[in-house]
Amino acid sequence: MIRTICVVLLWVYSSLSCAAGAGGPALLDANINLSNKVSLQRGARLFVNYCLSCHSAEYMRYSRMAADLELSEDAVKSNMMFTTEKIGETMRVAMAPEDAAKWMGAIPPDLSVIARAKGADYIFSFLNGFYSDSSRSTGVNNVYYPGTAMPHILWELQGEQELASESDDEHGGHGPALHPVSAGTMSVSEYQNATRDLVAFMVYVGEPAKLVRYRIGFWVITFLLILLLATYLLKREYWKDVH
Amino acid sequence: MNTVVKGLTGLRDWVDDRFPLLQLWNDHMGKYYAPKNFNFWYYFGVLSMVVLAMQILTGIWLTMSYKPDAAFAFGSVEYIMRDVEWGWLIRYMHSTGASFFFIVVYLHMFRAMLYGSYKKPRELIWVLGMFIYLSLMAEAFFGYLLPWGQMSYWGAQVIISLFGAIPFVGETLSLWIRGDYVVSDITLNRFFAFHVIALPFAIAGLVGLHIIALHEVGSNNPDGVEIKNHKDADGKPLDGIPFHPYYTLKDSVGVLVFLIVFSVVVFFAPEFGGYFLEHNNFIPANPLATPEHIAPVWYFTPFYSILRANTVNFFWIPAKLWGVIFMGLGTMILFLLPWLDRSPVKSIRYRGNIYKIALGLFVVAFLILGYLGILPPTPARTIVAQICTVVYFLFFILMPFYTKWDKTKPVPERVTGK
Amino acid sequence: MSETAVDPDRRRFLTGTATVIGGIGAGLASIPFVATFQPSARAKAFGAPVEANISNIEPGQQVTFKWRGKPVWIIRRTEEQIAMLDSMDGVLSDPESSASDQPDFALNAWRSSNREFLVLVGICTHLGCSPKFRPIPGAEDLGSDWKGGFYCPCHGSKFDLAGRVYAGVPAPTNMQVPPYRYLDEQNILIGELDGGAA
Repeated sequence: MIRTICVVLLWVYSSLSCAAGAGGPALLDANINLSNKVSLQRGARLFVNYCLSCHSAEYMRYSRMAADLELSEDAVKSNMMFTTEKIGETMRVAMAPEDAAKWMGAIPPDLSVIARAKGADYIFSFLNGFYSDSSRSTGVNNVYYPGTAMPHILWELQGEQELASESDDEHGGHGPALHPVSAGTMSVSEYQNATRDLVAFMVYVGEPAKLVRYRIGFWVITFLLILLLATYLLKREYWKDVH
Repeated sequence: MNTVVKGLTGLRDWVDDRFPLLQLWNDHMGKYYAPKNFNFWYYFGVLSMVVLAMQILTGIWLTMSYKPDAAFAFGSVEYIMRDVEWGWLIRYMHSTGASFFFIVVYLHMFRAMLYGSYKKPRELIWVLGMFIYLSLMAEAFFGYLLPWGQMSYWGAQVIISLFGAIPFVGETLSLWIRGDYVVSDITLNRFFAFHVIALPFAIAGLVGLHIIALHEVGSNNPDGVEIKNHKDADGKPLDGIPFHPYYTLKDSVGVLVFLIVFSVVVFFAPEFGGYFLEHNNFIPANPLATPEHIAPVWYFTPFYSILRANTVNFFWIPAKLWGVIFMGLGTMILFLLPWLDRSPVKSIRYRGNIYKIALGLFVVAFLILGYLGILPPTPARTIVAQICTVVYFLFFILMPFYTKWDKTKPVPERVTGK
Repeated sequence: MSETAVDPDRRRFLTGTATVIGGIGAGLASIPFVATFQPSARAKAFGAPVEANISNIEPGQQVTFKWRGKPVWIIRRTEEQIAMLDSMDGVLSDPESSASDQPDFALNAWRSSNREFLVLVGICTHLGCSPKFRPIPGAEDLGSDWKGGFYCPCHGSKFDLAGRVYAGVPAPTNMQVPPYRYLDEQNILIGELDGGAA
């Protein structure tokens, strides 16, 4: 009985999860590894150097990042903090929101929980989905967010990409194809790994507790199983009375 | 050691002379005789109480750091998730608890339908339970606005707009509920008051009444026979066992299994793929932009589907109002269940095939409605939803007839011990 | 059905085991609820050490800084004021600061690392009012034997210019010297000792 219910629940869960995402081109697989501290550290460096110029992460404290990512506070202070001197501060942005709206046509959203709203795959796809489009004021457009107001901040690393013509697109089946037209300072795979690190960091920023949650959960459930065993034995002992 | 025991006994007696302590214990635990044949379905009552206690406890703790202010609400939830020590756990317990509350309550209600627990003499228990269910829906609805994300905001906007469908007073009424022209800081503040004070009081009080009524008439059981009909020389039911220690222990086992399942979700999948915590709710409320697809949280979706299934203007009433009417009727009709069911037997074990098929169709229709409510509507889905809505209502409307015609099996005198 | 005899010892043992494990569980479950009452990361960030520049403080002057929401005074004492501290023992309740709260380097008559600069949490140890700085000796309302110090208007407690409490007043101990360290000649970091610990 209980096993049947579990199976049914699992089936419902998996079918619902698949049904959730819809619309737009198929996303790339971010394939991040949150337990890789080095990847998170590289992501953090990219984040503070590129993203944080325009976007804030106003719920994320530098001190928390230093502790969770195993970086020394002094290293964070001297290399990663550009808008404040206090390690306990959150990741704010120097630019005033009104100025941002004036210069870019939109206020760059706060990135604290963006990974929870949009998902890792979406952000990874977005960062890899820029292509040259002279009709846009930024000079670029994005496959996964057409008409985005954001310029391709990482273009020096990636180089320029071009959207393949429609006929190329049809046989692919994995979303629109992008062709590199000029090389950046990174190779294709280097850029993919860099953006993967960046996305991993943003997922971490979305929920810092995730790094400890699984570990604590394991012990909680282990303890409950032991208590369950003791209680079950006691229950069975008393229920010997019932005929 | 002996003096400590003596002291405690003395204290107990002192209190008992002034307060019916022992009597309360005996009436509800030590000498409350429950049928000995409770099965799996009988765990969900106590589990509802466990979840209620957990929601109240975690809720009190969340209130200590949450700010019911449109400018700070979203940030204060993130503050709890990050800056408050262990805040993330308390928040996840509360958000997961909301969904689990509905899971256990739906299963608890289904149990009543399986074994006819609402039938005479337990009609009032069912009616009180329905009031709990309605209060719970209100509680969940008010609470869902508090994180002040996009889904909070637009969910509240849509549901409050439903009241606008009521003729003549509708617009005034929705304005009155919001206290503003849109859902705003004022709305958030009053929803907060309802969520943390008014409805928890109501629910706790109703749960007390629910249990007093239950212990007055005694528990039903999977055979649907009255154990009070056969008593031994001391006046104890032959098929009954004292609630304590037998069911307190059995329920403890059930509660622990539940807590393990609950912990798996809290620690490993608190968003539950976007169904317990919706992705769009991680975007702060923006009154100027609706998310592309909004759906209520899963526990409301069956009724939301019924609402959307009404697409035809009929008589002089517009489709929107029909939707609201049917959604309202869909919950209210459950109140009548004890009087719609004319079957001479309680338990599904002794009912005929007609009721079994009817209940099966009802459950399938309810689940499909719930599933469709999560998805954006398409013409095909709307037709399926309409069919399911018809099945949902026919289950109740035809019940007086098919339960009477149904061929029942003879009910045993005593419980069967299965 | 076979009637199995009840074994009371086994019952007692199993009840004890389940109760103990359950009790441990209840204790562990209460940890998060107790721990949320600790200062949050935001409170800790607001309570972070504060830098104070002392280069512009005149001799005899008191300057107030805010650390963890509390007033922290820095007083630059004159030569006469420092000299006087050694002659106060007779009127003080705890001249050696043995019952009072201060970093180890302040366990002396002047209660500071540098005799000239006194750093003090400006809160009376009686009931938490903030005393007044009254450096002028022999002030009329404080009596002719007043040698300069701090006077609490709430309940009349008196302290000398090292924050040491007078005998016969309500305050029980000397005023608190917060942890602090010199970053350089001109700057003090309030809230952190040498070596980083708060």
